[in-house]
Order: sequence, then structure tokens, then C-alpha cells
Amino acid sequence: MSYVPNGNDTRDEMLKAVGCSGRIDELFSSIPPELRAKSFDLPEGKSEFEVEQAIRNLGAKNVNNLTYFIGGGFYDHYIPAAVDSLSSRGEFFTAYTPYQPEASQGTLQAIYEYQSCICSLTGMDASNASLYDGGTALYEAAMMAIRITKRNRIVMDGGVSPIYRKMVRSYTHNLDIDFTEVPVCHGQSDRGELFKHLGKDTAAVILQNPNFFGTVDDHSDIVKKAHENGVLVISSVYPISLGMLKPPGEIGVDIVTGEGQSLGIPLSFGGPYLGFMATKQEFLRNMPGRICGATTDKNGRRAYVLTFQTREQHIRREKATSNICSNQSLCALRSLLYMSLLGDKGLKELASLCRDKAEFAKDSLSAIKGVKVLRSSPTFNEFTIQLPVNANEVIGKMIERGIAAGFPLGRYYENMENYLLIAVTEKRTKHEIVRFTDALEDVLWS
Amino acid sequence: MELIFEKSSEDKRGIKLPHSDVPQAAALEKQYLRTGTTGLPNISEPEVVRHYTCLSRTNFCIDTNFYPLGSCTMKYNPRFTEKIACIDSFASIHPLQPQLVKGGILTQGALQVIYDLERQLSEITGMHSFTTQPMAGAHGELTGVMLIAAWHKSRGDKREYIIIPDSGHGTNPASAAIAGYKVKTIKSDKNGVMDMEEYRKALDGKTAGIMLTCPNTLGIFNPHIKEITELAHSSGALMYYDGANLNAILGKARPGDLGFDIVHLNLHKTFSTPHGGGGPGAGPVGVTKELAEFLPTSRIIMRDDGTYALEYQKPSSIGYISPFYGNFGILLRAYAYILYMGRDGLIEASENAVLNANYLKSRLRERFNIPFPDGTLHEFVISAKNFADGGVRALDFAKALIDRGIHPPTVYFPLNVREAIMVEPTETESKETLDNFIEEMIKLADLAESSPKIFHNFPATTPVCRPDEVAAVKNPDLRYRVGSQSQL
Repeated sequence: MSYVPNGNDTRDEMLKAVGCSGRIDELFSSIPPELRAKSFDLPEGKSEFEVEQAIRNLGAKNVNNLTYFIGGGFYDHYIPAAVDSLSSRGEFFTAYTPYQPEASQGTLQAIYEYQSCICSLTGMDASNASLYDGGTALYEAAMMAIRITKRNRIVMDGGVSPIYRKMVRSYTHNLDIDFTEVPVCHGQSDRGELFKHLGKDTAAVILQNPNFFGTVDDHSDIVKKAHENGVLVISSVYPISLGMLKPPGEIGVDIVTGEGQSLGIPLSFGGPYLGFMATKQEFLRNMPGRICGATTDKNGRRAYVLTFQTREQHIRREKATSNICSNQSLCALRSLLYMSLLGDKGLKELASLCRDKAEFAKDSLSAIKGVKVLRSSPTFNEFTIQLPVNANEVIGKMIERGIAAGFPLGRYYENMENYLLIAVTEKRTKHEIVRFTDALEDVLWS
Repeated sequence: MELIFEKSSEDKRGIKLPHSDVPQAAALEKQYLRTGTTGLPNISEPEVVRHYTCLSRTNFCIDTNFYPLGSCTMKYNPRFTEKIACIDSFASIHPLQPQLVKGGILTQGALQVIYDLERQLSEITGMHSFTTQPMAGAHGELTGVMLIAAWHKSRGDKREYIIIPDSGHGTNPASAAIAGYKVKTIKSDKNGVMDMEEYRKALDGKTAGIMLTCPNTLGIFNPHIKEITELAHSSGALMYYDGANLNAILGKARPGDLGFDIVHLNLHKTFSTPHGGGGPGAGPVGVTKELAEFLPTSRIIMRDDGTYALEYQKPSSIGYISPFYGNFGILLRAYAYILYMGRDGLIEASENAVLNANYLKSRLRERFNIPFPDGTLHEFVISAKNFADGGVRALDFAKALIDRGIHPPTVYFPLNVREAIMVEPTETESKETLDNFIEEMIKLADLAESSPKIFHNFPATTPVCRPDEVAAVKNPDLRYRVGSQSQL
């Protein structure tokens, strides 16, 4: 009933062997009566069938037939069947952390391959085995920059996801760190303002590309300016876009982070996801999180191990680079499977497909009276439009038509109540984009 | 084994993408574009499937091996919770969906899962409120220490230290430190629990909190727990419960009743969600009523009409710990597990986890030194120091077990036992499996005395044996590069 293999007779036998005269509760005699549980009021157990039915009934209370034009850093991409099938092999998902390399070469080689993919995708030297999500990865990157530079000011570009900016600030609330946030100008990083803050007391500037508004930027001038004053550059990126966009390593970014959900991980109402992080060789020892490395075994065979463990909490305790004691191993595996199944050619094609569809949507939507597509800068698969009315009202009416029309930017930005952030992935067909356009026109003007 | 990259070839490709039904867009300007390869392998789907299937077969896992890893609670992962996590009406929901229309009416089912799970965990632990945001145990610890800081701050009280016993998990001091606290480590006494005299000395008006695991990593329920919590509270400090070992006491004792103010749980331990080769986990945090206002945003509330909503206006909150509601897919598995087990099932789990541990201990005691043998709950610690003197260390036992199809116990932890071998069998192992482990351990003890040198060749049956970890640091090879050789 509760996944206990031993039957009553066996248990009795074992109880006798441990010197218990009768009830199993005797084994808990070290817990004095006055400290026993005051209550444990939970329902009786149910069968698999009953639990599944109950949970399916709850699932039916979610609206789950919407056509998604919503992103904001989390995207509705197709997941190839082989990703699910391979990652649900018990040898992967019921394995423990690979601390014993002889019993874990499969997990370890997969992490090594994952790290290799992240490095080449971002143009960086070294990747860790993954962190919780894109937001915690950004926080860890900020802390890493503070350790490296021994400075305590962080500058955040206003184009960085507002959710991530809130996370970074929450984590560092009790620490002696100065934050400066520089709002974007016409949807792009405001160079004039940013440069004022890249002085000799700044540890790092945090950028995002494409930024939260969908804008694609060439940040090489910011990198150059930052490096002149010893300021590190952290960039949060969207991995699918790297099938098309210049890798951040090529323009000299010091730490690259991002959310890996789009690489074969279901949206699943917010997790589990995957935070990736990659850096330059020189900063390797300051990087948080597990790292897998290749070496040889005592017989000269190639072998994979967790390495640079002296950075980590189980060795260094309060002096560790981070308190993290896991990686999102199964999610990292999923992303590796996804990247392997797409390959170089597939990822490039996918990136083009997403952008082509987004550009088509832009053209289509901009034909609607009163809808203004912000075109001051290029975009990848997500873009911002201005509506003649409050975006919240429009979204509600679009939901009635079965369409999640985008994310209302007024939720996070002042004076942007009429703006909508729209994402288009390869899953959206021309037909759906046309239907979206017609519905929006209908909502606005009929 | 070859790397996936070494199987790549220019003329191969994997999955097919949808046919484009829109015009090709004008290209971006050159300055934005990648010019070279992404470095991803070009390879066919059948080859990808074979490569990773073969890789998987070099792993130990719960499905195939006994895993008596102390403090890790490696129990069976039920298959039906995996099925439930894949139910499309949850797995395909965008996390921003509840924010599209006010009041979360678009995701009532998902919000109810989290709300119900928070209530279940509150009852299981005797706490007032829970947050499901923390994405792992250590992440829960950090959240907990941030809550401690927020509480003191709200009272205008500046405190500097967190007290942690030397048997605590490494994450405890690391979490305290990155949240901005100094750490005072307290030695264990001769009975294996935190030394009370040292504790009293360390505790003062600068102490922000005490982080304890109970039962501790020796599997011992602290007999002074009431006194510890009372002393802490009288000096204005908060008690933090590291829930890594909760599987020992379900239905028997609750951290809330013991006087703890903050609790984190590891859903991937006690509530059977898979370890996944190192994650993802989930580390929900529970608090007393006094601390509830500080929990991370957003909070899920039930309205008078029985519907659920997300609440963002929480001025005292410590803020955003995760981008949304935590690792929802993991929460859903744990929720299903708790519904399936029910009250009696959870109690039965703890009882049998403790019985299995005591059974192993009682049989292994005849042959091994167990420095703290009394009051064992879910786990116990063997010291291999007698064998180490003869040349066979805890690590050698570990490696030898691998050849016998058993995943090694946790070794060299806790730090207060020399040559520690920490054993936690969990409730989902049969007596036959335990007997086999006992037999193998006894055989190894005999072998350690008769032929200690032979241990250095173990394991002999695995794809690799004793990788050179020093070389891995000296000559870091952390990624594949074109032209580098994996076949040595």
C-alpha cells in the first residue's frame, strides 16, 4: 500500500531481531510523549486511479485550450518525443547526484556534453552543470562578479526581465550591495545613462539580449566601456535566439546566464526549469554550482567526475562560492537531448522559423487601425505593440476568443498600460496568426 | 564511450521542423548575427536514442540498485506520479497565464494544487503557513535564513550569528553565510548531539537563529530539543528545522510542536519525487503564524467563494525567491504521493524506514564500530576507522560495494565521525535486500582484514575505476572542442 515491500510476518521477524517486543512504535521511544505529534490530520490514502481522477479533475479547472502568443522569457516550443522518452528512463531519473563516478558515468558524460553545448552556444570557455532557473542564475552571476572584482555596486539594465530584477534584489536585500537600475530608452539599453554608472566602484552591469521587450541589441560598445573600468558584463540570453544571434562570448561578455526552459522543457506552470551559466576560463574558480570534468581512471581510461568541488558547500561550508547542493540535472539532460535532436542545422532553422513567423505577425498586426508595432530596433521572436486602449481589457476579451494575446507590460512598467508583449514560436501557424489579427481587430473596433 | 559530438556529421540531421507557411523575413543586420557553427552535433534521431540509452545503462539508479545513502532518502519513485506530472492540463500551462486575467481564474486547478499542498505540508509539520517557491533543499534554507533576517529587521534588531552543530549539512553554514550571517559551529557531545554547554555559551543577543536537523545526521532524536528551542526563544533567536530527515518522524513528531519557527522540506526525499541525477528538487518552507507575513510573494489565497487567487501586495515579504510558484512539476508529484499514501501510509513509511535502519544496525553492529548506537531512527553511522588503520578506508568500502551492485552509503559525513559510513535504507527496501547488504558488508570486513590491498582495485566491474580527481583539477577539461580526443 505504501510502497513497503515487507509483509507483516517479515516485519515481526525484524522487530524481534532488533529486540522489540511488540509494536513498531517502540522504535520511537527516544521521542518523549510530551513531544509527540499533536495532530496528523490527513485524509485516508487513495488508489492510483482515484488520485489520478482527482488531479485530472483539477486540471480541467485550468483553461488549457488557449493559443499562446505569450512569452516573457518562457516559450511554447514543441518538444520532440525522444526527449520525453529518453529522460524518463529510470537509469536517468531515479539516479542520485553523481558523487560516485564509477556508478554514474552516464549522468556525468551527459553533464559534460551539456556543458559543451552551452559553451559553444554562448561562445564561452566554461559552463557549470546548471542552476535552478534563469533568475537565480542571474543572482549567482551578480554575486560571482562581486567576489571577483571585490566591488559592491551592480548596475541593471531596464531591459532585463522585471521578474529577474525583483529576484536579484530580493536575494541581496540584506547584503551591502548598491543597485542602480537604468531604464531603457526606446526599448533599447540607454547608453548615455548606463555609461555614467560604469565606474571603478561597479562590479558588474547586467544586460539581457534579446531584452524583455524583445529588442535585439549589439552590446559590444557597453562591453568595451565596462571593461575600460574593470566592470564585468553579465548577459542573460534566450538560447533559441543563439541559433541566429551573435554569441555573447564573441563580444567579450564575462558571464552568460539564461533560462533553458525553451530547450525541451515543458512550461509546467513555472518549473522545474533550468538556469544555465557560462564564463571565461579565468573566472572558472569563482563560478558557483557543480562542474563536470574529464580525466583518466587508474587504468588510463577516459572518465568523467565532478570537479573543482573545493568551491562547494559540502567541502567549504560557510566559505563556499554558493550554498547550492544540486543542479537541475534531469532538465539539463532534457536540454541536451533537445539540442542533440535539433543539431546545428536544426537550431539555426528553428531560430529563423520563429523570427519569420514573428515578423509576419508584426506585419499582420500593424495593419490594424490604432495598433502600433514598435519598430525602432530589431527583434527576434518577441515584440511590443501599443494599443489604443488598456491592454488588460483587450487580453480579457481575447481570452474569450481562445487566444492568450501576449503579456500586458503595464503589469511591470509604469505608463505602459496600453502595451502588449507578443511572442511567436514555430508552433504558431499562419492561420493562427491571421485568426489572432482578426480577433484583435474585432475586439478593438466592433 | 564516444561523445555525441564525435558521432556528428555534416550530412546528418535530427528531427524535422514544421514547414514554414510564412514569407522569409528580411535578415537582421550583420552586427547582430552569428557567423559560425553553434557547435551542436548534427546527428540522426536513431543515433541520439541509442547514444543516450547506452549512456543511461552505465548509471546506478533506484530502479536497479539498493541506495543506502545517508541523509539522502533514496526511496522508490512511484511511476504514477510521473504520469501525473505529464498531464497536459498542467504540463502545458504558461506560468504567466494567471496574470492575464485578474484573480487567477484561468488556472484554478493549478492554484488549488499548490494551496492544498501547502495545507498538507502545514499539517504534516505542525506549521502555520508554507511557501512552495524554493526549488531545492538548500534553496529552502536560504529562504529560511532570509526569513530570519526579515523578522529581526522588522523588530529593529540587528543580529550577527547563526548557530549550527558540526553534524549539520554543509548547506546550513553556506546558506547562512550567503544570506549575510556569520556562523558559529558547535561541537557534538559524547552522545552525538549538539553540546549543550557550548550551545549555552554561544547563544547570546547577537544570535539570529539556530539551524538544526532532528533527528540529526547520526539518526538521533535530540533529547535536549525542548531546552534548545526554549533557550533560543528566550534570547530572541529563531529555530530553523532542516527537514532533510523528516522521513524518520512522519506522524510521530512535528517540528512545529517541537518549537521550531521555520522548516524546510525536501520533497525529493520524504515525498518520493525523483532525484533526477542531481535535481530538480523542491524545498518548500513552512513558518509559524508570526512569520507568515514575511513569506515570498506571490501567495495563494482562498477567497470566500472558494476560488483561489494570487496575492502580490505583501509589504513585509522577502520578495521573489523563484520566478513563479516553485518547481510546480515536482510539487504536483508530491501532492499525488501524499494523496495516495494518506495519513496511515505516511506513518507506515516512517515506521518501516526506522525499522529497516534498526534492523541493519542491529546486524552490522556485531562486525562494525557504530560510535553512536543508541536511539537510531532512520539512519546510523558506521566508523571504518579500525579498518582504516589496516589500509581500508571508508572510501574503499564504498568502491567495493559498487562491484556488489550496491550504491555506496554516504561516506566521510557527518564530520564528527572518523571514516564515516552513513547508512539510510528507507522503507521501500525489502528484508532480502537488507540481508544481502549485511552479508556483503560482513564479507568485505573479513576481506579488509585478510587482504586489505585488494581493495585498491575496486570497483573492477564498472566502466571506469577510481578516476584521477587531482588531474581533473590540474588540467581542466570541461567541454568538448572540435579535434579533441575522447578515446584515450
